[in-house]
Amino acid sequence: MALKIVKGSIDRMFDKNLQDLVRGIRNHKEDEAKYISTCIDEIKQELKQDNIAVKANAVCKLTYLQMLGYDVSWAAFNIVEVMSSSKFTYKRIGYLAASQCFHEGTDVIMLTTNQIRKDLSSPNQYDTGVALTGLSCFVTPDLARDLANDIMTLMSHTKPYIRKKAVLIMYKVFLKYPESLRPAFPRLKEKLEDPDPGVQSAAVNVICELARRNPKNYLSLAPLFFKLMTSSTNNWVLIKIIKLFGALTPLEPRLGKKLIEPLTNLIHSTSAMSLLYECVNTVIAVLISLSSGMPNHSASIQLCVQKLRILIEDSDQNLKYLGLLAMSKILKTHPKSVQSHKDLILQCLDDKDESIRLRALDLLYGMVSKKNLMEIVKKLMLHVDKAEGTTYRDELLTKIIDICSQSNYQYITNFEWYISILVELTRLEGTRHGHLIASQMLDVAIRVKAIRAFAVAQMATLLDNAHLLTGNTQRNGICEVLYAAAWICGEFAEHLEDPMLTLEAMLRPKVATLPGHIQAVYVQNAAKLFATVLQKHEGETDSQAAQETSQLLIDRLPLFVQSANLEVQERASCILQLVKYIQKLQQKNVEVAEEVTALFAGELNPVAPKAQKKVPIPEGLDLDAWINEPPSESESEDEKPKAVFAKEEPKHSRSRHTEVDEKELARRREARKQEQANNPFYIKASPSSQKVYDAPGVEHIPVVQIDLSVPLKVPGMPMSDQYVKLEEERRQKEKADKKKKEKKKKREKRGKGRKGDSGPESEEDITPAHHVDIVTEEMPENALPSDDDDKDPNDPHKALDIDLDKPLADSEKLPVRTHRPEVLKSPAEDRDDNTIPQETKKKSSKDKKEKKKDKEKDRKRSKEDKKKKKKHKDVEEELPESLPEEVVQSEETKEVAVPPTSADVVTVSSSAAAATVDSSSAAAAESEPEELKDTEPDDTKSSKHKKKKQKKEKEEKEKKKKKRHHHHHHHHSDAGAEDSVQNGTVEDEEPLPPMSNYSLLAENSYIKMMKEDADQVCDIQGNHQDESKVVVSVIFENKSDSFLKSMEFNVLDSLNSKLQRPDGAGPHDGLTVPFQLPPGVSNEARFVFSVQSIVMPQKLKGTLTFIVKTDESSTHEKLDFKLHFTCTSYLITTPCYSDAYAKLLESGDLKGSSLRLEGVNMPFHHLLARICFHHHFSVVERIDSCASMYSRSIQGHHVCLLVKSSDQTVSIDAKCDEPSLLGNVLDEIKQTFSKC
Amino acid sequence: MIKAILIFNNHGKPRLSKFYEHYTEDTEQQIIRETFHLVSKRDENVCNFLEGGLLIGGSDNKLIYRHYATLYFVFCVDSSESELGILDLIQVFVETLDKCFENVCELDLIFHMDKVHNILAEMVMGGMVLETNMSEIITQAEAQSKMEKSEAGIAGAPARAVSAVKNMNLPEMPKNINIGDISIKVPNLPSFK
Repeated sequence: MALKIVKGSIDRMFDKNLQDLVRGIRNHKEDEAKYISTCIDEIKQELKQDNIAVKANAVCKLTYLQMLGYDVSWAAFNIVEVMSSSKFTYKRIGYLAASQCFHEGTDVIMLTTNQIRKDLSSPNQYDTGVALTGLSCFVTPDLARDLANDIMTLMSHTKPYIRKKAVLIMYKVFLKYPESLRPAFPRLKEKLEDPDPGVQSAAVNVICELARRNPKNYLSLAPLFFKLMTSSTNNWVLIKIIKLFGALTPLEPRLGKKLIEPLTNLIHSTSAMSLLYECVNTVIAVLISLSSGMPNHSASIQLCVQKLRILIEDSDQNLKYLGLLAMSKILKTHPKSVQSHKDLILQCLDDKDESIRLRALDLLYGMVSKKNLMEIVKKLMLHVDKAEGTTYRDELLTKIIDICSQSNYQYITNFEWYISILVELTRLEGTRHGHLIASQMLDVAIRVKAIRAFAVAQMATLLDNAHLLTGNTQRNGICEVLYAAAWICGEFAEHLEDPMLTLEAMLRPKVATLPGHIQAVYVQNAAKLFATVLQKHEGETDSQAAQETSQLLIDRLPLFVQSANLEVQERASCILQLVKYIQKLQQKNVEVAEEVTALFAGELNPVAPKAQKKVPIPEGLDLDAWINEPPSESESEDEKPKAVFAKEEPKHSRSRHTEVDEKELARRREARKQEQANNPFYIKASPSSQKVYDAPGVEHIPVVQIDLSVPLKVPGMPMSDQYVKLEEERRQKEKADKKKKEKKKKREKRGKGRKGDSGPESEEDITPAHHVDIVTEEMPENALPSDDDDKDPNDPHKALDIDLDKPLADSEKLPVRTHRPEVLKSPAEDRDDNTIPQETKKKSSKDKKEKKKDKEKDRKRSKEDKKKKKKHKDVEEELPESLPEEVVQSEETKEVAVPPTSADVVTVSSSAAAATVDSSSAAAAESEPEELKDTEPDDTKSSKHKKKKQKKEKEEKEKKKKKRHHHHHHHHSDAGAEDSVQNGTVEDEEPLPPMSNYSLLAENSYIKMMKEDADQVCDIQGNHQDESKVVVSVIFENKSDSFLKSMEFNVLDSLNSKLQRPDGAGPHDGLTVPFQLPPGVSNEARFVFSVQSIVMPQKLKGTLTFIVKTDESSTHEKLDFKLHFTCTSYLITTPCYSDAYAKLLESGDLKGSSLRLEGVNMPFHHLLARICFHHHFSVVERIDSCASMYSRSIQGHHVCLLVKSSDQTVSIDAKCDEPSLLGNVLDEIKQTFSKC
Repeated sequence: MIKAILIFNNHGKPRLSKFYEHYTEDTEQQIIRETFHLVSKRDENVCNFLEGGLLIGGSDNKLIYRHYATLYFVFCVDSSESELGILDLIQVFVETLDKCFENVCELDLIFHMDKVHNILAEMVMGGMVLETNMSEIITQAEAQSKMEKSEAGIAGAPARAVSAVKNMNLPEMPKNINIGDISIKVPNLPSFK
């Protein structure tokens, strides 16, 4: 055996390690693949050996090969083996390999769950670290679900190294297992204030990632982040927070107002460019969100623009790039501030760096005005010519089109110029954007009526010179423009000077080489042209020309009839037959022109892209309903063709409504015209408006004088330049004219020289050269408000859109390993978990804090609903207040005021008064906010102030009491008192005195135990067993200066109640408390008890043993305590509807009992709140000073109370199906009130 | 979020690839190739940001890279990361490597990919920045290598000896060979810390 080991180790020496492999690959450059395949064979052999070191070495090599692109998934199982090695060295190799090649589809992943769990709880922090790192790369939904709880535990690990990794990985866990977000969130939030900067940074990181996707859920954290921002000095953290604020401000403009000042300060003070840049960015976001309002914005904008200018002028290209990037954000809302830096931006267009040029282009988009459009586009056209590389040129092309077409061609004053630009762009070689140019041509020609004649002429030239465009069919993206050209020429053929010529151009044999869809358009439009030609020649006596045209078509069309493209073929053969028929008629001298023209009569209007989608469904129309019942009769077939038409004319799909609709439509059209008439931005087309402006009508625009052959035949002289010059002249002349003629509007002279004309000109507003009608795209009447495109349904973040302020539900608890004793069946997390609340049960303090906020919000919301106030208002109230409030909360000391007692005294104070009910009131509040709302007066605000005061007072007191624990104030563990306030106030007019459900269990000089008992885990309904479970949360607080460890919690079981111990443990074994306590730290553990009979209160004796470890020594200590289970602790707050409640009372199964309390000196609602809070009842109904309440025990007993109050006397009539339980509960209630 | 971290040399040979989202090996290689293609054709004195890492993610993503002597360090990140911050992180990463390898050069990365991974794991985890403090990163990395050494103990000695002998035989290992030398001293960013 020994020999074998030695031999193995010697063998190993000569195994190839990673370095050898790399070296080998480098030495086999010419036959690398072959060498690697032999290496893989070797690796396979190595993996078969038992020696883990050999395996690890093999896996290490595989990781390298994986990087080179070799699939190593076949070794997944070996990787798992190496991962589970006990040696850190190998474990790390295994995890690295796993992180590189495991993914959700790797089936062996499910074998790793327990191994990972073991590593996570390893005493060696690096084992844990390596496991976390690996897990972060290959976590699957299953792993996330199974390990979420363990990772959450690690978030409170003593070592910051582990804490930060655990915090960070939670983000991955949330993504894979969204249900974990809510239970884990409170603790995550707590980590924002972790003493270790690394952990804090990790928490900020995670929350920022979460908030980026669903910002609205994180608005409530704004105060906390605000505090962090003003206090943190870590630039990483600051940047993240500032970025986060950038995401939040659009949702809450008031947050923005608050931010401006600190951000401005940072901008002035920081020396870090990265921070400066992010600050500027967020200020911009703020300014955008505010957009209106505050007048002193201009200062902030100026500051931003000024800083950005500095960045852009910097020699560092990175800063230049980012400066431009940020500038483009300002541009959207404050274009003027940016426009003043036009020089700088145009300069950037010449930068050698393409990224920077692209950014500058983006900026230009927003900087154009009527005045400078031509100039800017001219510059861009120059760049187009110079540009190398098609990407950048294509980018330029799209930019030019974007710039010109933006906001409905707002900045174009001369459409002839634009058409010329488009035509020039067609000369770009190899662009991908032919279709873009084409659609622009179509759009302009259709919507700008005045330009049609010019456009048609240009298009005719294009068609005539089509061979220039299609010269190389390989890169024929540009030939798309022929599609537009053909269509425009056909549709607006009446403007054609020589339709015959164009027709001839469209029927050239070369056309057959174009893509099918273009040919189809050619054929169709050839027919339109044919109609035009016929009409033109109809009047003439000589029918020769018309007949020639027919013959031309008949000669040329067969080429298309043979086309392989069905569309082309069909259209061609159809038209061919038509022409043949016409030819026959022509020969008989029949006049056909009119009829042929009728084929193409009517105008096509542009339809908005989303128009179809926006047609509202008329009332009473159920699209899913059968029009006729579906029986198999063939009649239903007839319905189908109609549906086809319905698409085109959704409004008139049913013929019987047609008439009505026709009228309606006319009315609407009228209304729309009216609206357009009132819209200053709508350039009117109606003849009347032309008269008003005294401008030449469309038909008067002289097209003739433009030499059409120029643009294409003289490539050196781009013709759009002419327009620039012309425009200059025109403007100057206009100015001159204006001076001369003062305000005279007659412009007849103008009409001759130039087609342009304009009214008086102002500096800002340059009049267009044409009065053009930009036809708006048609939308259906009553179009639905724009529905933005939905988010990607596959976005994993969608699942994380979770309301974090809502209290947790039972069903949300994280799965917990059952063999972990302390948390046995605990709905919540592990040990200290205040963070994991359970649904309608008890919550731990942290959670309560959350909940409190939530409730406040709820309250406000309901109020607001009632009053129909604007939503903003309520946030407005909340925000300024919550800032200080947050501070108070965080400083809140963790204990309920309990007098510190001397050593070794065991106080058992868990009397009835301390019973736990907080969540019950919450549930009650939630279940019947409707009823209670009405009783709620407006002064929530004042009550809040009072509350705050109280809190502060309390806090001060406590500070005095416990100076020692100062530093851990943020450690929220027990804010019970405060929460109870909240619970109370939900339904109250005035604040309640603090209530707590944590009571002192035992205390000595070392440790203090606070208990909050009886979280009933089992809802009896789901779990009818003969025993029921109660969870007791105990907070352990280390009061000493030494380290406490090896804590064991043990309880002497009684017949009725037993501590649940792990399988295999004896009935007298203690449970190890799953954490250690450094000095001053407190933590919470949960213990589960099973109880058989719940009708009587119980007391259990217990002992806590622990080791006190100081530098020199360690001693064993113990602390005795008594656990008191009251009967109310067996009650679960269960909401009940009044009708169910009435039935229950009528059923007669319940036995009654009653109680009178004298001298109760508190408002009725306080009384109710107390009962709800301490005794787990919920209010069913309340009428004046009389209320019915309900609760249920864990074993399903119903408990009903009728509480009446008059003059300090409270009478409680109670009914329950278990008299002794009822008796005890009533006793406890009595005790509660006797105490106060 | 950081989507991927790639290190390759001037010829596009991958020296380290870390993807924080799963891709098949083929896609990974394609991404590396494409990224190399994009990055390598850029001049030295242009900005370090590139939009449209076409394969990874989408329009939200940026490539942020630095070029040191023979190596490109490329981070593919989405918009939640600060551009300058990431540039600085690359600098921290390289400086850390420099400290851990004592004058790092390409050969170190070639032969110790695992070590580079381990250092990286202390900085970035699951695509999120874990630690930016160089001394903290080095402390943790060194503590782990120490552990590794103590585990290897005497048993590891012969293997180390053999490895040393192997290294001796090969002339390419010495660091003074030009091809692999990285000069780390690059003008620093405007100070971040």
